[in-house]
Amino acid sequence: MIVPRRKLSFLERLYLPAILSGLRVTLRHFFRRKVTMQYPEERWVVPEGYRGAPYLVRDQHGDTKCVSCQLCEFVCPPRAIRIVPPGPDGPPADRPNAEKMPKEFEINMLRCIFCGFCQEVCPEEAIFLQQDYSLTGLARGEMIYDKEKLLDLGGIHQDRHLKWQRKHAEAESQKVSPPS
Amino acid sequence: MSTVMQREAPPATTGTVETFTVKVNGREVVVPRTTPDPVSGQALATTMIQACAAVGVEVPHYCYHPKLPVAGNCRMCLVEFGTPALGPDRQPVLNPDGSLQIRKSPRPAIACATPVSPGMEIYTETAGVKQMREAVLEFLLVNHPLDCPICDQAGECKLQEYALDYGRSASRFEEVKVHKPKAVDLGPRIMLDDERCILCTRCIRFTRDVVGDDALGIVNRGGYNAIAAYPGRQFDNNYTLNTVDLCPVGALTSKDFRFQMRVWFLKETKSLCAGCATGCNILVGSRADQVYRFTPRANDAVNSGWMCDAGRLNYRWIGREDRLQTPESRRSGARHWSAVLEELAAVLEGAPPGSVAIIASARQTSEELYLLKQLAAHLGARTDSLPRIGEEDKFLVHEDKNPNSNGARLLGVCYTEMGINLPYVVQDIEAGKIRTLIVFGEDLTREEWELPEGWLDKLETLVVSDILPNGLTKRAHFLLPGCAHVEKRGSFINAHGRVQRFMKAVEPPGDARPEVELLGELLHRLTGTPLPASLEGLFNRMCADTPALKGRTWADLGDQGVTVPV
Repeated sequence: MIVPRRKLSFLERLYLPAILSGLRVTLRHFFRRKVTMQYPEERWVVPEGYRGAPYLVRDQHGDTKCVSCQLCEFVCPPRAIRIVPPGPDGPPADRPNAEKMPKEFEINMLRCIFCGFCQEVCPEEAIFLQQDYSLTGLARGEMIYDKEKLLDLGGIHQDRHLKWQRKHAEAESQKVSPPS
Repeated sequence: MSTVMQREAPPATTGTVETFTVKVNGREVVVPRTTPDPVSGQALATTMIQACAAVGVEVPHYCYHPKLPVAGNCRMCLVEFGTPALGPDRQPVLNPDGSLQIRKSPRPAIACATPVSPGMEIYTETAGVKQMREAVLEFLLVNHPLDCPICDQAGECKLQEYALDYGRSASRFEEVKVHKPKAVDLGPRIMLDDERCILCTRCIRFTRDVVGDDALGIVNRGGYNAIAAYPGRQFDNNYTLNTVDLCPVGALTSKDFRFQMRVWFLKETKSLCAGCATGCNILVGSRADQVYRFTPRANDAVNSGWMCDAGRLNYRWIGREDRLQTPESRRSGARHWSAVLEELAAVLEGAPPGSVAIIASARQTSEELYLLKQLAAHLGARTDSLPRIGEEDKFLVHEDKNPNSNGARLLGVCYTEMGINLPYVVQDIEAGKIRTLIVFGEDLTREEWELPEGWLDKLETLVVSDILPNGLTKRAHFLLPGCAHVEKRGSFINAHGRVQRFMKAVEPPGDARPEVELLGELLHRLTGTPLPASLEGLFNRMCADTPALKGRTWADLGDQGVTVPV
């Protein structure tokens, strides 16, 4: 298709009116409200439900909620999660009747794609995508977060169910099974 | 342990068994009137679940197991059925089109314990059957703790599978669940969780009827029913870990595998147990080149579906830190395969005939033994392998602890009586006639072989291939690190002449190499003719060269193996 080229008028060929109207737009912005954020000194407010970095949480009693079921490791698309289960002689779980707790739990934040599958699949509500979006480090090794770091960053999650504590209380109150 | 083990009785059926036709979901199938009992061999009436299995229809079940006596307590296999209607004259009533009129039973029956009769029709997929399965499952889950996240059975649990098919999304149970003991120490290798148990009694029947050790039973009443060992006794026979496989839920778990790895991560490789000459078929469960467990694989000609605890736990050494990983010539200091094998080939080339002896191991694969025999023929060397005798029982454990004794015998590496040549070899070494000794996979410095003091000092060259460091590998001039059997492919010939193959599950550590590779390269350097590059080709060549194996091929072996006369 051929687009016929319009003949320019004299004023248009003069070029200056266009420059001036451009300058007017720029000038107008000097007197408007400023929208630029001075990142990283200034940070935006992260909205509710934002999918930032996944961290492990403790419940309100300070117990590690993860029981090392490894479903997050299984579902993780970029295989960023690596869990070492406790084995038969591993460290005892924080809640005695939960029986187990990971010996090691690593998330490679360089691999993580913040998809939230781990949070969705977790049967214990032990991992949540939180509000951190800017993770930096000086070496690759620093970007592999271990269990302690993940728990420290994750903080406390107010657990409404306290499943294991409730089960424990129920079993204690029954005490009917004769000792084996 | 004071148990009387029974060898599985042969099927007692003689002659031909009468057959008749039944219909499963409208499909006709011919079934025998009786089927031998899996334990006693006695002829028992064929059941509905067996007729369904014959047409490939799976009826959900917990307590039924094809290799155990029937108990009929879980009620999961309830099906609807009909039988030909009989008139007042006791003759079958016919439809107008001449077919048998079927009278549907008003009540369902458990498929595992109800005998089939001629003309019977079984319906496993009706709305009523589905409803019954849902109801039974709901009852089974009433007191179940639902602690799948911490349960080792998760991923291979029948409760999980059937809950997906027939379960509700939420429980209707509003009362408090009955709590029973958890993490009960049942025996040295078994952990019991009574809350998860659905009381199917598979474990009780297995240990009582198959092993012959009546160690387990159910105690207490009603909702407090629980599995327990006989008071004051441990559940500690050599077959306890089979109950972990049998348990359809997570009640019985292995202490060894407890909290080690989730089962869905495990890659399962078909392999064999190398613990004794029985050659039980196994699956190797591994992840990221680490072996986590052995589980038995069904083979009716060898181990039915069981294996002993000793064989099952014989895997930890595979991942040991001190495995031999680097080939070594301690003369030149070479530490690369090509340099070491070149130097070794030159040494062997220069050895006069009759001055070399080879001690092979009956724990090696048939292919390796074949290559060693070829090497012996080329060098004019004498060969032998060593016997390894231990305790046996009347069930699976064989007294011969070498997995491939018959392979060594058939391939001519040793005489029928193993180790008979060794004293003469040692004599010749002491007399200075034999100057070069090649040893594969045996530590000759151990006291059990009762060899004279200082006999190794007379040797000019000692070539050792092994997996773990030992007294002999320390003395070797040439060290050739080999592979555990889960790190390579090959075949064994068991005590009854069953030729069986096994597959590679994990990578060998470091520079360790399968022995067939290094022997093949060595032979190529010595003879100038290359050997088949693949293991299949090598196996087929071995069979062509060995009278007892004539005509067999690698493909023939399949998953279950073939029997040759020994």
